[in-house]
Amino acid sequence: MAQVSSADPHDSAEQAARIEKRWAIVIVGIMALLVAVTIFTGLHWAMMPPSRVETIDPSTLHVSGEFVESNLGSAVEANGSVTVRIIGQQYSFTPQCIVVPAKTPIVFRVTSADVVHGMLITGTNINSMVEPGYIATFKTEFDQPGNHLMPCHEFCGVGHEAMWANVKVVDKDVFAKMAANTRRLSCDL
Amino acid sequence: MISNKRLVLAHFWLAFGVFGLAILLGEWQMFIRSPLHAWIRDPDLYYRSVTAHGTVMGYVFPTLIAMGLGYAISELALDQPLVGRRWAWVGYALIIIGSIAAVVPVAMGLDSVLYTFYPPMIGNAFYYIGVVLVVVGSWIWVALMGINLHVWKRAHPGAPVPLAMFANVAGAYLWAWTAVGAALELLFQILPVALGFTSTINAGLSRVLFSWTLHAIVYFWLMPTYIAFYTIVPRAIGGRLYSDTMARISFALFLVFAMPIGIHHLFADPQVGAGFKFVHSVFTALVAVPTFLTVFTICASVEIAARLRGGKGAFGWLKALPWDNPQMLALAFSFVLLGFGGAGGLINMSYQLDSTIHNTQWITGHFHLIFGGAIVIMYFAIAYDLWPHLTGRAMLDLGLIRAQLWLWFVGMIVLTFPWHYAGILGMPRRMAYYDYTAPGMAAEGITVVMSVIGGALLVLSAILFFTVLYRNHSATRVEPAPFTFSKAVHEPTSLPLALNGLGLWVALMIVLTITNYGYPIVQLIGLHNADVPAVFVGAKR
Repeated sequence: MAQVSSADPHDSAEQAARIEKRWAIVIVGIMALLVAVTIFTGLHWAMMPPSRVETIDPSTLHVSGEFVESNLGSAVEANGSVTVRIIGQQYSFTPQCIVVPAKTPIVFRVTSADVVHGMLITGTNINSMVEPGYIATFKTEFDQPGNHLMPCHEFCGVGHEAMWANVKVVDKDVFAKMAANTRRLSCDL
Repeated sequence: MISNKRLVLAHFWLAFGVFGLAILLGEWQMFIRSPLHAWIRDPDLYYRSVTAHGTVMGYVFPTLIAMGLGYAISELALDQPLVGRRWAWVGYALIIIGSIAAVVPVAMGLDSVLYTFYPPMIGNAFYYIGVVLVVVGSWIWVALMGINLHVWKRAHPGAPVPLAMFANVAGAYLWAWTAVGAALELLFQILPVALGFTSTINAGLSRVLFSWTLHAIVYFWLMPTYIAFYTIVPRAIGGRLYSDTMARISFALFLVFAMPIGIHHLFADPQVGAGFKFVHSVFTALVAVPTFLTVFTICASVEIAARLRGGKGAFGWLKALPWDNPQMLALAFSFVLLGFGGAGGLINMSYQLDSTIHNTQWITGHFHLIFGGAIVIMYFAIAYDLWPHLTGRAMLDLGLIRAQLWLWFVGMIVLTFPWHYAGILGMPRRMAYYDYTAPGMAAEGITVVMSVIGGALLVLSAILFFTVLYRNHSATRVEPAPFTFSKAVHEPTSLPLALNGLGLWVALMIVLTITNYGYPIVQLIGLHNADVPAVFVGAKR
């Protein structure tokens, strides 16, 4: 606290500056700690946002390439992981009901056929923008079976409020049985 | 002494007028999507309302406040008549014309694209042209602030620039530069499509350009509030500013660090690489530093006031503060809201935690807490402080003012805290209605009802605010004491060049913007295969 009534103003000015400097060091320390936590989490759990800057032409999505309709949904890979391919368009996702196994590494690949959409899966930290022209890729793993909602979280036009999908997480064995007879899985009716 | 009272009053009244209309839209939105109302038949009405609410609250209202306050500060702090008064009126006219050009097509349903534009959705060109005109009008103000400071410096070589003007010009330059991002997006990407010259657009590039504007604009909104913290409140409560130097450093740091951090809005976007996301995350942490410095300096200044009033003890001095003084009350409320909002902001800036709440109601809660809460409550305080000097009439309704501030504070908490909670549950933003009967959605209905109540308190508070200002215009005439800004404990007699001008800081701002944005922008400009067809909204073409 500066001595306002101090007889020697120079001394009080120095004292005030000293206290300020101490405070500045403390807050820079706090911010450095927070950044360190971010770095540690990013490396330790490999938690990275979708960042591959991978492009795709939205006007030919349905005609050729990995996002043709027959290739959408969950696919079991040779290494046992599951890749889920989804398209967002005004005003739905394809597939509308996604089925995935619990306790299995999962890769999502998502893009948009028209405008900017977004997706999140409630009760998880899965959250990505879905943009035309770009493919969002991210890895995740579900801890346990359960049902989740998957709303579009970016304004995409007048029907935005109706753009909701469902995510069904099933037991690993159940998923294996479902996947035995089919190449691509979804729980669409 | 303000010689341009009409100019300043015109800016403030227009600002608060459009604010009053937009707040009604906001409350209507809260109600219409709550369980208290059936699903709206025409969702587009909701999105028109969101577009208008955001455009007014995000662009028009704070810009007019910064301009009106800037003109007042220029005359009061520099003690010289405003240079370029006619140009100031031209800027004002451009904002009116621009606002009308923007809002009419929005009301007609031709531009339900929200104030964040969201290409490849493209609406009627008049909306975008209107927004550009508002920005051009504000750039006239930027130029006038720079010119007035320059004229004063020439007349007072070597003298310390008054803190209020230093901060005011810092805010003006910050705005000039941050508006460039959205301006580039509008002029080179959106308008060519809206006017029919091209039909494709790179939506990823648009989002990066918009993020250039989107974060620093918050610090532009914040500038009048920080100016009030440093130069009005300590004087109004009978204290001294703890440190003039620290104040200048804080404003300089805002100028430098507010800009190169906008990509933290794009953590979940696929078109920006992880490296730049991380860099922006770190810089976002740095911009918290000037805020913490401000909290320290202002708390210390307030403590000086308390001790001058006989306050004792480590915390006992808090009781000696003039709590019935509206400026004291507004400051305390602003700090509490800033504290909660800032804590939420630290979560948003970390890209692991951000993924839990990105684009949910949490975000709506966050920026209403910071802007609607911490910032706007000080806009009220500024108006209360300045009004007697503008009207020459006494400000008598102190009780009403206190009630207004309390209502705003409580209303903002009741509005935003449930939003934060709903966001953690995964409730997405900007939806015209929700199916509260869906499994997993039942818990969210009550949060929206609470926000409707919070919004109603805010509307009530706004009505009180207008009552106070309106009544002042017919109160008894007084000759208010000359307007002064806070005096520092140690008033600067001479300042190092770096803290007496903004050249160095503007240069750093531009350099850091280029290093942090240059590569992502150039990379995306080169990605022609990401040019996607525009999707037109509103009337069929």
